[in-house]
Amino acid sequence: MKPPPDDQPTDRAPNRMPGHAPGHTRHRANQPRIPAQGRELPPTPSQTVGPFYGYALPFPGGGQVAPVGHPGAITLHGTVRDGAGEPVPDALLEFWQGPGRPGSLRRDPVTGGFAGRNGVDFTGFGRVPTDADGGWVLRTLPPPPERGYVSVCVFARGLTHHLFTRVYVGAPPPDDPLLAALPEERRRTLLAVPVEPGLYHFDIHFQGGKETVFLVFDGTDESDESESPDGSDGPEQSDGLDGLDGLHGSDG
Amino acid sequence: MTLAHDADPAHDADPAHDADPAHDADPAHDADPAQDAAPPQDAAPPQGGTPKQDATPTQERISEEIAAGHAAAEAAAPDGVQRHHPPRDFAPYRSSALRHPRHQLVPVSGDPEAMELSGPVFGATDVTALDADLTRQHAGEPLGERITVTGRVLERTGRPVRGQLVEIWQANASGRYAHQRDQHPAPLDPHFTGVGRCLTDDEGRYTFTTVRPGAYPWRNHVNAWRPAHIHFSLFGTAFAQRLVTQMYFPGDPLFPYDPILQSVTDQRARDRLVAAYDHALSTPEWALGYRWDIVLDGPSATPTDPEEER
Repeated sequence: MKPPPDDQPTDRAPNRMPGHAPGHTRHRANQPRIPAQGRELPPTPSQTVGPFYGYALPFPGGGQVAPVGHPGAITLHGTVRDGAGEPVPDALLEFWQGPGRPGSLRRDPVTGGFAGRNGVDFTGFGRVPTDADGGWVLRTLPPPPERGYVSVCVFARGLTHHLFTRVYVGAPPPDDPLLAALPEERRRTLLAVPVEPGLYHFDIHFQGGKETVFLVFDGTDESDESESPDGSDGPEQSDGLDGLDGLHGSDG
Repeated sequence: MTLAHDADPAHDADPAHDADPAHDADPAHDADPAQDAAPPQDAAPPQGGTPKQDATPTQERISEEIAAGHAAAEAAAPDGVQRHHPPRDFAPYRSSALRHPRHQLVPVSGDPEAMELSGPVFGATDVTALDADLTRQHAGEPLGERITVTGRVLERTGRPVRGQLVEIWQANASGRYAHQRDQHPAPLDPHFTGVGRCLTDDEGRYTFTTVRPGAYPWRNHVNAWRPAHIHFSLFGTAFAQRLVTQMYFPGDPLFPYDPILQSVTDQRARDRLVAAYDHALSTPEWALGYRWDIVLDGPSATPTDPEEER
């Protein structure tokens, strides 16, 4: 058994990056810069959203992305579940299907509260906390058929780093590169299930037999250890993505 | 599992045996400080001094697991280069057990049309000037040490993220959130909610005025305390750059005990979560200044994004 960690208080190592106040050089000294390739600075690590975002991040109408009364609006709904199949009552889902305009969380300058969306502009951005049953509802416009999906970012207490996934609504584009690369049982986790016209069901499973396919994008810290496209989990350290190895070579 | 196994130290070294799903699945029993208000005996180690397998773990046990997690991350990085972000499966942070995927992430690569390469935009309607001053949201002033927190939001290229939304939330100076589920018996402050937001300026800069939050207990393990921190939510130019994280204060003695901060396995990466006290930022007879810059991981918006150069 190893002894307890022996981390030094980090006041000797303040957050620093190049280009700031003089005298802050530790970052440069201890974190060798990597060659250009468009990303030189080491990213700020993620930390869990925790249990108490509820009075800060959600806003009224966060799940009402479709303009008021839009005849083409659809409803997506579902449940977020953990590895034991239990609902997750404190997850936060964000949805993106731009391009969109500002105004998702319009503020009321009189009261300091939220004024709600203006009901006309499509911002493309939704934010929905799960309820006590792990449930969520999003009313939005259907994604264009040539794309077919709404992007989702999942946050939760216990999740140290958010997860991306997609909800494919309706018949997915036949040439979608992500779906095409997945085996059937995994592809299914990304397809919203039609319930009735305009209503679709989509559950998110963090873990287990129905585990949702979660995504990683090129140019992120994790993008060199992702699953091989055929769906079989590859070696822990896949080097299958050309050109990315160098990005992780020296920036700590 | 037999009783004999319960006393087996080898078993104790196996985090999997510790991740009691029933326990972890119950938010009220876990990271929810609502339960922190329970009488002390509720969180006390079992009688007899020998922790049972399913008992609430001790700090010593959690610290051992943190050290083991760091050693494993170090061993997996023979070149000394570790992940910037925390692993999603970090056993000392108990509620990660059932909330991390076991499949590896699936790459989305080589698709310039991917939706995630653009991102939501926010504007003047989405914030008011007062939103960035957490000390002026009520009729009176909050108790606590008034501070200014400022910094820049940058992409990894160094390019500033302009006109984007920064959101923060935090406990009050006593270590209590204005959240119904936080029943930690520290006083609420009627003059402090602990929520702020602003848009970054043309240099990517954000600035908040607030009070320094207090440390607070939680129920990950016996005598678990979170170091003082401010939660940050950040958007880049692309949805794929999204970041939620926490800013800490320099010199906090709770750092080594906290499995959430320590879920970032690399010391250098942890250091980037700690703000710097900056005396030049302190305002005479008014507030102490802290500087914290944020670098967003992930791809920039595609060049065709009309919002890119807003």
